[in-house]
Amino acid sequence: MKGYTGKLIRVDLTNKTIKTEKLNMNYAKDYFGGRGLGSKYLYEEVDPTIDALSPENKLIFMTGPVTGTYATCAGRFNVVAKAPLTGTIGAANSGGYFGPELKFAGYDGIIFEGKSNTPVYLHINDDLVEIKDASHLWGKNVFETTDMLLAENEDDAKVACIGPAGEKLVLFAAIMNDRDRAAGRSGLGAVMGSKNLKAVVVKGTNGIGVANAMQFNKAAQDAREKVLANGVTGKNGGLQTYGTEVLVNILNEMHALPTNNWQSSRFEDAEKISGEYLVEKYLVKNKACFACPIGCGRVVKIPDGKYKGIVAGPEYEAGWSYGASCGINDINEIDKANHVCNMLGMDPITMGATIACAMELYEKGYLPKEDLGGEELVFGDAQSIMKWTEKAGYREGFGDILALGSYRMAEKYGHPEFSMTVKKQEMPAYDGRAIQGMGLSYATSNRGGCHVRGYVTSTEVLGIPMKTDPLTTEGKAGLVKLFQDLTAVVDSSDICLFTTFAIGLPEVSNLLRGTAGIEMTDEEILKAGERIWNLEKIFNLEAGLTREDDYLPPRLLKEPVTSGPSKGKVTELEVMLNEYYAARGWDEYGVPTDDKLEELGLEMKSAQAAY
Amino acid sequence: MEIEVRLFATFRIGRWMSKRLSFQDDAKIIDVLDYLDIKKEELGLVLVNGSYKEVDEKLNNEDILAIFPPVAGG
Repeated sequence: MKGYTGKLIRVDLTNKTIKTEKLNMNYAKDYFGGRGLGSKYLYEEVDPTIDALSPENKLIFMTGPVTGTYATCAGRFNVVAKAPLTGTIGAANSGGYFGPELKFAGYDGIIFEGKSNTPVYLHINDDLVEIKDASHLWGKNVFETTDMLLAENEDDAKVACIGPAGEKLVLFAAIMNDRDRAAGRSGLGAVMGSKNLKAVVVKGTNGIGVANAMQFNKAAQDAREKVLANGVTGKNGGLQTYGTEVLVNILNEMHALPTNNWQSSRFEDAEKISGEYLVEKYLVKNKACFACPIGCGRVVKIPDGKYKGIVAGPEYEAGWSYGASCGINDINEIDKANHVCNMLGMDPITMGATIACAMELYEKGYLPKEDLGGEELVFGDAQSIMKWTEKAGYREGFGDILALGSYRMAEKYGHPEFSMTVKKQEMPAYDGRAIQGMGLSYATSNRGGCHVRGYVTSTEVLGIPMKTDPLTTEGKAGLVKLFQDLTAVVDSSDICLFTTFAIGLPEVSNLLRGTAGIEMTDEEILKAGERIWNLEKIFNLEAGLTREDDYLPPRLLKEPVTSGPSKGKVTELEVMLNEYYAARGWDEYGVPTDDKLEELGLEMKSAQAAY
Repeated sequence: MEIEVRLFATFRIGRWMSKRLSFQDDAKIIDVLDYLDIKKEELGLVLVNGSYKEVDEKLNNEDILAIFPPVAGG
């Protein structure tokens, strides 16, 4: 089977041994690559009940059959492990250049096992794979680490690493690659830190074979033409011109932009944190990942302060978490806080949203001033976000509590209801009361509050590929299921999800057929997406999660939206969740039925905990 | 009637951000688009007072009309 290199690196960090092994093609046949294939290896090799930060967890870097080819936006890879923030399966997807380089070196993925007794990093140069000392790198930030590793290895190698946040087990630490791309969510950087693994450095010089060159070329050409011709993804389109923060004004006009820790759904100063404003005031240039013609990445100018310079700008969700979510209208301060997240290696969605939760706890009198070192922490205080982000990354003072994420922090102060999380992970920038489908998507996401597991904002808000009514619950169960299954295919192929604003299942399927020689119909490929989704669900059930975890914070269920077209609405979760379980072929406890398991060729060890 | 028109993203280029404009009482969204020289195929989405609308729908006095080219993100 082409498209794959057919080889994996397995590193036992405890015993400092390295093996290369053949990729399990039976797994690849059913799970493709990236997120699906990584999840299959994790499920087969790791007990879901383990502590995510124990040596028993494994950290899996996995590319897909399309990664590294010249197909549009084929620069992605996934990192998979049990996640410390959520206790669920964790799979985080990143772009940049690291994933393709790993394949050029001759490997589909790397499985890290155990725990090193001292800081180490893995160095790969084609057939040379070695564990090297990282003592001199421990404590260094992401940019320093990257610079030092490039100086002591090939200067054109690609680096994935953790910063101080990962070392100090911040529960939402990210794994950063190519300086400012991130396998960002659910704390996989802390898993890497728990293993004393500072970085992976890779240099590769091989090409990637595809199963059917003519078929692949046609599929890649077709997808590229559609991406380039599309108003969103094409030349001078919305994404290229304004980046992902172009969404700020749309969500705000709809009154669906969660503000002040979701206490309201409209931010008076949204314009000042919008993609349009960023472009006008601070954009230096765009930045693109491997084989990407869009270039949605922002390179921005920080004009003042200790981080003065040219840095990577925030995505929509990070701009929201520090912006509307904290009631902050100063995009320059938001850029700085986002930069600190990249530098220390943290997920800015959880970081900003956790600060927003702390602001509400403080304003309501539940978080004492003395815990904050005698300082105030209030909505709208732009000077607070960079400072508390630094302290969380280094776990200094109250930063040590922020480092736990909002759920554990709010629980400590006796008010977990102010944590806007699902499965202890912060929901991003779309109000699930104003967009019912997103409410269901958050509740059922296998990795906790997340927008990219089933991005029904696409139909509910943007009308891509068709428009649905965001205020109704009808049909949302099927819609969310379809988006979740299709996204699992995209994440396992492994191309950028943004291409799906322009292309769909037929085009993605053609890329899989051309690269990996997969002989499956579109329907069978979508069924594989469903299999991946169910495997993740089974991991979570076996980890001890239940229907109670497919839930939303009380605010979304009890406190109605206060303005705009969805005024008076809460998320009608119960009715949608029942329909969703039925659409998935799961019982009322959210456990896949025997028929569904058989249909998907899955087995389940035990679902006792779910009942 | 008077309506507030808000333009976003590339629709601001060569135009403006927000304006109050007068239209005849039976004006539809498409009439405003024609006035602004925004073609249907350039359009992403139109919100009236925050709700999604089709372009042949009628407007009312004091409506807020928000007009977006095709945009997405996430």
